[in-house]
Parts: sequence; C-alpha cells; structure tokens
Amino acid sequence: MAKVAAELKYSAEHEWIAADGSGPSVVGVSAVAAEALGDIVYVDLPEVGATVTAGETCGEIESTKSVSDLYSPVTGEVTEVNDDVVSDPAVINNDPYGAGWLFKVTVTEEGPLLSAQEYAEANGGEL
Amino acid sequence: MTENYTALYEEHKKLGASFTDFGGWQMPLKYSSELAEHHAVRNAAGLFDLSHMGEVWVTGPQAGAFLDYALVGKLSAIADGKAKYSLICNEDGGIIDDLITYRFGDEKYLVVPNAGNAPTVAAALAERAAAFDVTVEDASAATSLVAVQGPKAEAILLKLTDESQHALVTDLKYYAFNEVTVAGHDVILARTGYTGEDGFELFLPNEGAASLWESVAQAGEEFGIVPCGLASRDSLRLEAGMPLYGNELSLERSPFDAGLGPVVALKSKEGDFVGRAALEAAKEAGPKRKLVGLKGHGRRAGRGGYPVLKDGNVVGEVTSGQPSPTLGYPVALAYVDVEHAELGTALDVDLRGKAEPFEVVALPFYKRQK
Repeated sequence: MAKVAAELKYSAEHEWIAADGSGPSVVGVSAVAAEALGDIVYVDLPEVGATVTAGETCGEIESTKSVSDLYSPVTGEVTEVNDDVVSDPAVINNDPYGAGWLFKVTVTEEGPLLSAQEYAEANGGEL
Repeated sequence: MTENYTALYEEHKKLGASFTDFGGWQMPLKYSSELAEHHAVRNAAGLFDLSHMGEVWVTGPQAGAFLDYALVGKLSAIADGKAKYSLICNEDGGIIDDLITYRFGDEKYLVVPNAGNAPTVAAALAERAAAFDVTVEDASAATSLVAVQGPKAEAILLKLTDESQHALVTDLKYYAFNEVTVAGHDVILARTGYTGEDGFELFLPNEGAASLWESVAQAGEEFGIVPCGLASRDSLRLEAGMPLYGNELSLERSPFDAGLGPVVALKSKEGDFVGRAALEAAKEAGPKRKLVGLKGHGRRAGRGGYPVLKDGNVVGEVTSGQPSPTLGYPVALAYVDVEHAELGTALDVDLRGKAEPFEVVALPFYKRQK
C-alpha cells in the first residue's frame, strides 16, 4: 500500500504541502497518486513568479498511461520549481515526498487541506 | 458487466498486482513498474496471463469451408500446425473482432478472439454454422492462456521441456504451433504474440495454469523474466504497430480503413462469405481515412480521442498513443484523412488545447533485430 507521510498536509486532489512556517512551502504529489498514475514520464510545472490558486490547475503530470492535471493546494507565488523532476520525472515515482517535490510557493491562503490521517483514510494509503 | 477472474487470479494477488477491468475481466494492469515490465520483454522475457482471451473450437467435416464463410480470410488454406491472423466482419463489412485461427487438421481448428468479444464471436460463429456440418464449441471458460515473450523466451521453454521435444520448440516458426509437454503440462505451444518480440503463447486447461505459471516464473528467473500486466502489453503492441480492438478496430471501421486489406480474401475465395458484398464495395470506394503511425517531436503524447490537425483543421483522430518506452519519443496510431496520410506529412495533435507537432511515419514504430 502506498505510503502517506505523516508530517505533511494533503489536498483532496492528492498534492501534499510541507510548511514549516519559515519561508516558502514545498508542494508535491502523494505516493498514492504517483502509484495510481503509473510511471511518470512528463511534468509541466508553473513558472517561477507565477501566481497559483488553491484548487485550480497549475500544471500537468503525464504517465505512460494517462494525463492528469496538477492542482495547487494553496494560493500564492511560485518561488522555485524542481528542474530535476522535469528532466527525470521518474524521481516522482521513486521519492514522491523527497527528491520528487515539484515547486515551492509563498502561501497567501491555504485551500481546504486534509491531515495525513484523513488523507490516508480517504484514499487507502498507509501512514 | 460480469466480473470474471482467470485461473491465475490468486497468483497475481500474491505478486502484488494492481488490477483493472478489461472486457469484463479483472486482469493485472501491472505488478511493479509498467516501464520495467516493458523493458524486460524487449531485453529478457515477460510472463503474461492472457486467459481472458477466448478459445472457440470448430470441428467437423466442413470446418474449413465454414471458416472461409464465417471469417474474411481463407482459413481452409492454412497448413496443419500453422496459424493465421483474420477478422470476423458483419454483413456491413464492420469488424466484429480480430482473431487468430490455428489449424490442427482439415476437421479441427481453434479460433482465438479477444476477451471482451469472445461471447459475441462464439455466438456469431454458432449462428453462421447453421448450414454447415460443423460443431462450434466455446471452451473459453475452461482454457487458460499464458504468454512467454522476449528474446529469452525460447531458452526458458527449453529448460522446461524434455530434450526429446527441444526441436519442437526451436524449430517452431512464427505463427506455427506444436503440442508439447512444458513443465509436465500438455500444452498447445504457439510461436505467436502481441509484443513485437520473439515469444510463445501456451494454451492449457485451467487446472494446470497456476502450476505452469509458477514453473515458468521459476525457470525464467535466471534469465530475468518478470510478470507483465496489461499496461506493458499495450505499450509493447503499440510500438509493434499492432491494432487493438476497441481502439483501432471497431464495427464502424472496415478492414481497408485499418490497413488490413490483405487479410480480406476477396480474390482467393470463390464462394460467398459474411460481409463480402460490403467489403467489395468498401475496397472499390477506398477509405476516406486510414490508420497511420505518428511520431511526436515533443515530449508530450497524443492519447486516444485527441484530434489530429493540419493547419488548425481537424483531419483525424488518435486511437492509441503514449510515450514509447523503447524509442524515447511519443508514438500514436491515428485515423487520418487519406490526403494527409502520406509518410513524412507534418501534422499536429491537439494535446488538450495545445497543438504539438507530429509526423506520419512508417509502421511498425519498433522492429526487433533478428
């Protein structure tokens, strides 16, 4: 069963967000989503400086089998994107909560977020 | 839709497969990574459960004449021990299914349709058999089918067969079959497949399927065999340019649209067959759109249903597409207006609102080195 990292918060659309209160938050996709997508072969991320809006699409994730929209879990300005996952998207499958992070954002407003426990229960993940 | 399970369902569960519904069957989609499974078949070997496919026996004095009437090919002309790819069409020339027919003798043939179509094909065959001295028996529910595909497939099978039968394996030609004992199981061993690699398909009664599966997996371990699900099966067949019923083939398409004209034996068969008049007319008229291969110049793939554009105008539709794991660029099969179907034609695929450049290329996309 796919792992749900306990220290993160999640959107219903399977993005995770890590906020430690200092500096920009980090956004990625959950292992549950990465597993369901299959081997990821292409990601389209928002540009640095772009404003993303909670609950709205801000990119695309393409696997061998399908294409999915990437939704931002928060509203804010993108400060950095992970170029490593753009050049080697398999990193998202291999390490979705670590090296497979997608972008960093200065949060002005959070969307509705779930705790790890709530997300795991709703999506059959393992804490 | 009825939920069907193959005799190997428990094996798949043990291996941690994720499942998908395919033609009313719960089938393994993948076991680990579909890309790893794909590469294993190209470089070593893959083990597939294809027990969802149908098996329909046609026996009796008029078996050959009956199949010549019921299908579009000249099946009576197959040599014993050989197989032939064919189609079953309706009176309008639409494709009910594509299938492989194996000839055991002039009074005994095995017809293998696709999973979701097997009941329809069995019923159509039974109906078309009324005027012939033949028996049509649908053995799908009692028969398992396991495929061993990839460059190491032969070596793995040799490990599982008695030396006295090795020639039955090594001398077997593409689209030929023998009755062989593999790991103690009497199987029909056919050198056929849907991956573009060398490989075999093994038919046997359900009772022996799990035991055979485990024996092949064990014997293949040293060669790098991995169990493979339908995700890799689909990417492998796409690279090999092989059509999938429901994507490239349907009741709305004629064999000529799909580039399968040579399969229709209009000349070599003298008698009537189901769909003949419509197929003659379709051949005469020529297709408006034909099936082509598309190669993407970017990284994003076209998917089934995406429009194909020329100068912003819709001139076709993608039927299957994804990034090719072997070739490293997106590939797609698409129906395209014949005037834009020439090799080398530059076209766009509408990727969710953004036109991305593709080019018409020859099929198959991938051809193995012999």
